[in-house]
Amino acid sequence: MWSFSKIANLIHEWLNQTFNPTLATIIEMVIVGIAVIGLFAVLGLVLVIMERKVSAWIQIRLGPNRVGPKGMLQSLADTLKLLVKEAMTPSGSDKFLFNLAPYIAMMVAMLLMAPIAFASNFQMWDLNIGVLYVSAVSSISVISILIAGWASNNKYSLMGAMRSGAQIVSYELSAGLSILAVVVLTGSLNINDIIQSQANGWWIFKGHIPAIIAFIVFITAVTAETNRAPFDLAEAESELTAGFHTEYSGMKFALFFLAEYVNVFIVCAIGATLFLGGWMPFHVGNWQGFNHVMDYIPGSVWFFGKTFFLIFVIMWFRWTFPRLRIDQLLNLEWKYLLPISMFNILLVTAMAILGWHF
Amino acid sequence: MVEELGTTTEGDLIINVGPQHPATHGVLHLVITLNGETIKKVEPHLGYIHRSIEKMCESLTYRQFIYVTSRMDYLSAHINNHACALCVEKGMQIEVPERAQVIRVLMDELTRIASHELWWGAMAMDLGAFTPFFHAFRERETINDIMEETCGARLTMNYMVPGGVMADLHPDFQKRVKAFISLYRSKIKEYDEMLTGNIIFQNRMKGVGYLSPEDAISYGCSGPAARGSGVSCDIRKLYPYEVYNKVQFEEVLETAGDSFARYMVRIREMNQSVSIIEQLIDNIPEGDYQAKTKAVLKLPKGEFYTRVETARGELGVYIVSEGATTPYRIKFRSPGFSNLSALDHMARGSKLGDLVAMMGTLDLVIPDIDR
Repeated sequence: MWSFSKIANLIHEWLNQTFNPTLATIIEMVIVGIAVIGLFAVLGLVLVIMERKVSAWIQIRLGPNRVGPKGMLQSLADTLKLLVKEAMTPSGSDKFLFNLAPYIAMMVAMLLMAPIAFASNFQMWDLNIGVLYVSAVSSISVISILIAGWASNNKYSLMGAMRSGAQIVSYELSAGLSILAVVVLTGSLNINDIIQSQANGWWIFKGHIPAIIAFIVFITAVTAETNRAPFDLAEAESELTAGFHTEYSGMKFALFFLAEYVNVFIVCAIGATLFLGGWMPFHVGNWQGFNHVMDYIPGSVWFFGKTFFLIFVIMWFRWTFPRLRIDQLLNLEWKYLLPISMFNILLVTAMAILGWHF
Repeated sequence: MVEELGTTTEGDLIINVGPQHPATHGVLHLVITLNGETIKKVEPHLGYIHRSIEKMCESLTYRQFIYVTSRMDYLSAHINNHACALCVEKGMQIEVPERAQVIRVLMDELTRIASHELWWGAMAMDLGAFTPFFHAFRERETINDIMEETCGARLTMNYMVPGGVMADLHPDFQKRVKAFISLYRSKIKEYDEMLTGNIIFQNRMKGVGYLSPEDAISYGCSGPAARGSGVSCDIRKLYPYEVYNKVQFEEVLETAGDSFARYMVRIREMNQSVSIIEQLIDNIPEGDYQAKTKAVLKLPKGEFYTRVETARGELGVYIVSEGATTPYRIKFRSPGFSNLSALDHMARGSKLGDLVAMMGTLDLVIPDIDR
């Protein structure tokens, strides 16, 4: 059966035969780096066109349909436009920080790709604290937003950055606690272990109601963490024009834009890994024939299918709900989501100790 | 420490919303004093789209000046024309044929629905929900098509003339209006599902931008902005013109006085407008669509005032005539100007995010405020 891991192994063997092991490792690192950048760009393009098509579908219109077949090359044309556009730096801004901020945003998004398992044995870095790494690195993204808002020397940007700071710091707690629910059930922070533990059923089915609560809290919290509507207060365009990236143009803006979409992909990938079994196929109890057919679908298809389903859900949120107000946003976190997820953690722990899950 | 609202002290954040800003839907300039996210003061600066329409009207004849007024409140162009035509007719003592009166009321109510549809979509977009905008435009497009067929234009119709209307109705008019009504009836439920019943939307609207009935009267608010506070001010009921005293409809009143009340007034008003259209569409009397008038109109010496209910509130037209072919002085009492003046009072002490909800429910059209 075709899979990513075979290709990876093939390249690994060929490199080790041709070069000495040190050089082979270095070449492998470069290849992985190029792959990440390539994936970053492709994901950005795919997700932008996906968002535009999904929103067009929800809003009873056609969406882009001129460039390429069914408008599929529209985001390529947009990227070209952004590349040749002048990237201005306002005269009153802190130039170093202003130019630094988009790179931090992009760097965080790229770093987060490291521990994600795209298919069986297809992972850039199988580290034993994968989940912790993800929650630790993702909190750096707030720094890029704060820097961007501060360095722009613009009142709208500053307000957007401050809102974003309050929002991301708050919602990280719920996101962390809902991730912890799965960690408690699995007993491991390793992403591969978490996926392996779901071989006989995904956690959202195995973990009863507490897992479903954790999943819902997780989706809500990550929507807020990635600054997506209905929690897009940092860039609320009717109040703050464009929030923290008001002053950015050209490719600098595009980096923020891409980082947002790649962050959405990553949080959805984490959600799919923790709750929906990552690249594990869908199995139903003792239906041997059905399970066998499901096994024939490659792991990477399962992984991307689940991830894109979650991305679709998050896009669906964006085009359906009005935006919350800043105090309502913080109320939702501190008065509802956080107590719920704290109580939920107790339930999950009791369930794990008593072995009530499947 | 509770700082006094309405003052600017050292260290307050002052931001300019506008003249180019996505929330103002035009060139309104608001200077907002903020303490953190809390609004201390809102100061509207006007004049960015002042085209001196009143002065322009003074050099145009009584037939010509009506066309300029379509550019004031461009979303209720019919109703602006209507008000001017009424004022000239009052001065000339022209009797408008019954058929023309019914056509005028039908057009006014269609305009009101179209205007409220646009308001609904634009306000939802301000609050961060993009989708309602496109759904509202689907229905509004049908009205624009009806207008185009009969009046030849989609936005600035210039259909009302002194003595009646410019041309007779298109033969398909009744059929298409009926088709629109059935479309509207099937889609209005969608509006409630999409926005009115949404918990986030209700939280954003309820208790936001409270305007007491006393304040609404003292700021001179009119239209849905005042009726949301329970102030009865519908000109169609209080001072009926044309055939409004012959149709059955209720004046929509809400008592809460907050943004949600103003929202509900407009939603319910659309239903009332549809019911007015339903009563009239099968009963358009035969006859002339225009009274016989002189080629050159000369209003007798004196002062004339008429008022109508536009989609935004009370529009007054005041003409001073010296007996010439052009008016000596014209003054428009626009609803938007008075409604905007209440914004500062409503906004003080609330969050910056609430400002868009308040501006949305006041339904400001900037060319109407500035003229």
